[in-house]
Amino acid sequence: MGAYILKRLISAIPVLLGITVIVFLIMAMIPGDPATAILGSYATPDNVEKLNRDLGLDKPLVQRYFIWLGNMLTGDFGRSFSLNRPVLDEILDRFQATLILAGVSFVLCSILGILAGVVSAARQYGFADKAITFTVLIGISIPSFFLGMMMILLFAVNLRWLPVSGMYAIYGGGDLPDLINHLIMPALALAAVATGVIARLSRSAMLEVLRQDFIRTARAKGVPERRVIYGHALRAAMVSIIPVLGIQAGFVLSGAVYIEMVFQWPGIGRMLVDAILKRDILLVQGGVVFVAAAYVMFNIAVDVAQSVLDPRIKT
Amino acid sequence: MTAFLKLLFRNRLAALGAVVLGLILVLVIITPLLPLADPNVTSTGDRFARPFTQGHLLGTDHLGRDLLSRLLYGTRLSLAVGIAAAVIAATIGSAIGIIAGYFGGRTDNLIMRGVDMLMAFPYILLALAIVAALGPGLMNALVAVAAVNIPFFARNIRGITVSLAGREFIDAARLAGKGHVRIILTELLPNVLPVIIIAMSTTVGWMILETAGLSFLGLGSQPPQADLGSMLGEARAALITAPHTSVVPGIMIFFIVMSVNLLGDGVRDALDPRLKSGALSRPRATTRVDRKDPAPTRPQQGALDLQDLETQFHVGARVYRAVGGVSINVAPGECLGIIGESGSGKSVTALSVMGLVASPPGVITAGAVKFEGEDLLSARYEALRRKRGDKVAYIFQDPLATLHPLYKVGDQMIEAIQVHHKVPRSQARARALDLFNAVRIPNAESRLDNYPHEMSGGMRQRVGIAMAMVNDPEVIIADEPTTALDVTVQAQILALLDDLRRERGLAIIFITHDFGVVAQLCDRVAVMYAGRIVEEGPTQAVLDAPAHPYTKRLIACVPELGGGRRRLEAIPGLPPVVDKLPAGCAFAPRCTKAAADCQRGEIGLDRQGSRAVRCIHPEEALA
Repeated sequence: MGAYILKRLISAIPVLLGITVIVFLIMAMIPGDPATAILGSYATPDNVEKLNRDLGLDKPLVQRYFIWLGNMLTGDFGRSFSLNRPVLDEILDRFQATLILAGVSFVLCSILGILAGVVSAARQYGFADKAITFTVLIGISIPSFFLGMMMILLFAVNLRWLPVSGMYAIYGGGDLPDLINHLIMPALALAAVATGVIARLSRSAMLEVLRQDFIRTARAKGVPERRVIYGHALRAAMVSIIPVLGIQAGFVLSGAVYIEMVFQWPGIGRMLVDAILKRDILLVQGGVVFVAAAYVMFNIAVDVAQSVLDPRIKT
Repeated sequence: MTAFLKLLFRNRLAALGAVVLGLILVLVIITPLLPLADPNVTSTGDRFARPFTQGHLLGTDHLGRDLLSRLLYGTRLSLAVGIAAAVIAATIGSAIGIIAGYFGGRTDNLIMRGVDMLMAFPYILLALAIVAALGPGLMNALVAVAAVNIPFFARNIRGITVSLAGREFIDAARLAGKGHVRIILTELLPNVLPVIIIAMSTTVGWMILETAGLSFLGLGSQPPQADLGSMLGEARAALITAPHTSVVPGIMIFFIVMSVNLLGDGVRDALDPRLKSGALSRPRATTRVDRKDPAPTRPQQGALDLQDLETQFHVGARVYRAVGGVSINVAPGECLGIIGESGSGKSVTALSVMGLVASPPGVITAGAVKFEGEDLLSARYEALRRKRGDKVAYIFQDPLATLHPLYKVGDQMIEAIQVHHKVPRSQARARALDLFNAVRIPNAESRLDNYPHEMSGGMRQRVGIAMAMVNDPEVIIADEPTTALDVTVQAQILALLDDLRRERGLAIIFITHDFGVVAQLCDRVAVMYAGRIVEEGPTQAVLDAPAHPYTKRLIACVPELGGGRRRLEAIPGLPPVVDKLPAGCAFAPRCTKAAADCQRGEIGLDRQGSRAVRCIHPEEALA
């Protein structure tokens, strides 16, 4: 197992390098002169030239890439001019908030989605199946940002059950119950679409498995039907559900950008949008590389989970 | 194509999606012709007018602009941008995919590596990076959304192209001296185009949503121009005071995405042939029993007694009569062989006993299965389950598919014991070990911890036999347990089964298509054809003097060692499809002795002592 994890980590290196190359090339597309973009059109030529030198922009492209990469590897992501603090510090602060939101959402959508899919398959064409299928269809059709806004209207404004936005109450709060209180709506809104997708996939994976010969064997042995479905069939279906969980994690992470805007959640998605609007290129660049790298690592974890679950995978 | 459309629109939800989407499309196309207020004229005096106010059907926004007008123009813009993004992504992505798939080799490798890199990003990061570089704006958002979706098309289309590029017509075009560009444009593209269009139709909704999302974040369309996303984004500030400004564009996005989803699901289902075959429905815990007539009340004979059993498959309007009135019984310590070609109904007969025929589509429509004086077909699920594997056990063919691939074989054995008997795990494991030794699995102790894929075919089959034996059942139904094995292993396994039945007084029903195996193991044999028993009797008597022409031909098919250069007589033709059986004898069309009266009407099973035959012109009269 240890050797397998190591192998997967090593195979991630070219992917990570590829990510930095792509981000670097996209940023190199910036029309005109980045220093002017940062300093604005009223900057003096002297200042522009100085900044260009500071950023190493007077050097050739390839050299610039390696300088940038080298700096990042030593933890130097540059300095955000709009916040006037090191990019990495800001990223780490913000990523923590995103991780709480996206992590809770991911756990929610995995559990709810698989549960709904399995129940739906077990009661195929029954009332529960129809109700779940209908709910799922609605769930995957509502844009998460609209769902979030409607939830605010209902639960925060009309019913006053939950806080409108933010991560902690401004006065008092700051403890775990306060965090959970603030987390419920954004986490649910973010989980909705992924829950629907996972439920659909789990349902069809279960139906596929339930027709397999080994399920007939389990029945022929006299295994009770509950156990056939929630034991034998679900275990086998998980093999095709797990990779989809990995893909959905990417969508949850993406959706977090919208949800963070709607609920004023101090995460990295909102940081990126603000940075784009303020043309804080270094902050965008660092944030994108950081989150993409984190996502690659998460996918390795998914692969490892898969190999634990399926003994047929050669580790 | 018309069949596809018919199938698509029979799906009511898909039709609903098509209607809603069509309505929206028509609305936005005729928008400029409608008597609407200018969407960009502000009138701050009228701000936040509620819906249904005079002159503003849907009210006004924070600058007093007419919401209905803005909604329709915004929808127009959103749809145009989303569709444009889809077309761009599809064009560039497909071009990349075709080039990679057609040229293969290093080109393919390089391109697909790049595509994999792009797919390693959560999509929005890539889109944000592109917008960051190009600056906020609707065109830049369009470019970003298109770019993010290029890898999806590239990968899909490459897969299709690779499989096409190896086909003969491409080689033929190459030999005819056509250039690469011409081959791609005239030979490949027409074949790939339908796939591109389907992929596009399933992703266009997604792209509309993505551009709306970027606009919502303020990175897409800039004021005063508005698409649905930026309308929602602007309305967010007034969410609490004037919720209708948010609800109006939000509902529109919801309708668009939902109708695209419904239509996309319909397209997917209509293209999936499994839907028609009913292969996507879940089999119930037991086969459905739906008997028109009361079950036979004859007393039980032997350990297990099948009486007039009829099992059918109902697929759509078709009825396949897989088993058409089979009566057989087996005594304790006896081995009954059921023999027939593939599709003769022998396996379905066996599976019907314990209600293991997949249902739907299987239905047991008549007859009874008597065991311990009761009819198993009338039994409640729990009563039947308690007998499964405990009193009546199965051995299936191909244990790689019939053993659970993710559980250790020892655990599967232990489970078989523990679902019927409350014994501690250690005791169950000891019992499993005993049986592994009994079926002569070497290193039984360590084998218990193997997964099925770690064992050889012969070993897996032994596990299957051990599992059937584990609760000391009274009847074992073995469905071609040796078909997949090589001859030496087969002989060992037959010998093993023979020992077990002699030692433990077990009744065995042995299903096979091999008369050699029957001769070696079975006391009696029943020959099945097209769902019915055509001949039955003691094995030796049937082998020596087959009465039914079909039995005779079947025996003639078996090559004999040392039997000289005898001509092997294959039976010409195929067994009939059991959804339209001819009247009378089903074998008549393939029979050399067939006469006019063979297909005139029902032919009964003629029983004489221990033998029976269903033929009016038998090879030999039964004595």
